[in-house]
Amino acid sequence: MAEFSLPQNSKVQKGKIHPKPEGAVRTKTFNIYRWSPDDSENPRMDSYTVNLDDCGPMVLDALIKIKGDTDSSLTFRRSCREGICGSCSMNIDGTNTLACLKSIDDVKGDVDIYPLPHMPVVKDLVPDLSHAYAQLASIEPWIKTDTTAPEGEERLQSVEDREKMDGLWECVLCFSCSTSCPSYWWNGDRYLGPAVLLQAYRWIADSRDEYTGERLDALEDPFRLYRCHTIMNCTQTCPKGLNPGKAIAEIKKLQLERQ
Amino acid sequence: MAQQRPLSPHLMIYKPQLTSIMSITHRATGTALALGSLMVVWWIVALATGAEYYNFVQSILTSWFGQLVLFGFTVAVFYHLSNGIRHLFWDFGYNLTIEGVHRSGYMVLASTVILTVLTWALVILG
Repeated sequence: MAEFSLPQNSKVQKGKIHPKPEGAVRTKTFNIYRWSPDDSENPRMDSYTVNLDDCGPMVLDALIKIKGDTDSSLTFRRSCREGICGSCSMNIDGTNTLACLKSIDDVKGDVDIYPLPHMPVVKDLVPDLSHAYAQLASIEPWIKTDTTAPEGEERLQSVEDREKMDGLWECVLCFSCSTSCPSYWWNGDRYLGPAVLLQAYRWIADSRDEYTGERLDALEDPFRLYRCHTIMNCTQTCPKGLNPGKAIAEIKKLQLERQ
Repeated sequence: MAQQRPLSPHLMIYKPQLTSIMSITHRATGTALALGSLMVVWWIVALATGAEYYNFVQSILTSWFGQLVLFGFTVAVFYHLSNGIRHLFWDFGYNLTIEGVHRSGYMVLASTVILTVLTWALVILG
């Protein structure tokens, strides 16, 4: 059953307001979700004001600047800073995206930053993704075959078959889509969510994979696949411009066609 | 010992948008139609019961409150119908792009308004 309000220990309180940088002309205020496992406090929103003339253009640049100059305890994941690694996914200005691809100028007013929604928080903007990763492992995201590979060469694929995987292989597994999905919020324990279903379809659509039937069998379940109600928050939020909603619809179509 | 991990905020901080609002409205109108169908059954039963009871039910349904409920019922019918057709297209894999979802979304909202206005124009003028 869907629980619409936050548990007692998760309610967000007012936090510290850090002073504005002196002499700054163009500034932006970032309200950031903070929680530490090291004390017994509830989560809180801390405010930081950044001098935009002394900061890179992206939200991730501001987070790095705040961590470097103001508050070294601020915790977030980041690595490539160019939308390839999928580490810095978070909720910025009400929707999920990668902090490194989100321009500060795109946000009107203050920038509110939360961890990915409806996830257990490890610290500050770092969510615990173990369950999502376990769900990814459950769809066996690797090529499965019974036939032996051709002698001395790779398993080949036509250009047309390869094109069927465009829009699927580019996923960086940031889980922005899954954590934007109300169905995943309420039933994430059993519903696989858009990110994992997009990956499931990536292997179903791969002409070299020989376990399409078994893959579809594993998804034929009221929760794993069919909790998708085509809300389309997933496609709306994907920072890579991919279409998990469409991939899920294709899986549903394949389930019908083989009946 | 480490604290129990909090749950990050969700519904209360996620930006309402066409995708999610139209989805929850589809569900809400579906529920409203289930209840509204009981009202229609009640009216039919009254019709079969006799003139006196029928007149009593008619007086409730034609009061300002009854008309308001019926107006809401027609809005729910036309929204659920239009959006249901939108869902049928999706089930065939059509229109599942951000642009398609938004375009068809506004078409559903427009058809809800047009069909509701036409129905009530017929009721009031007809």
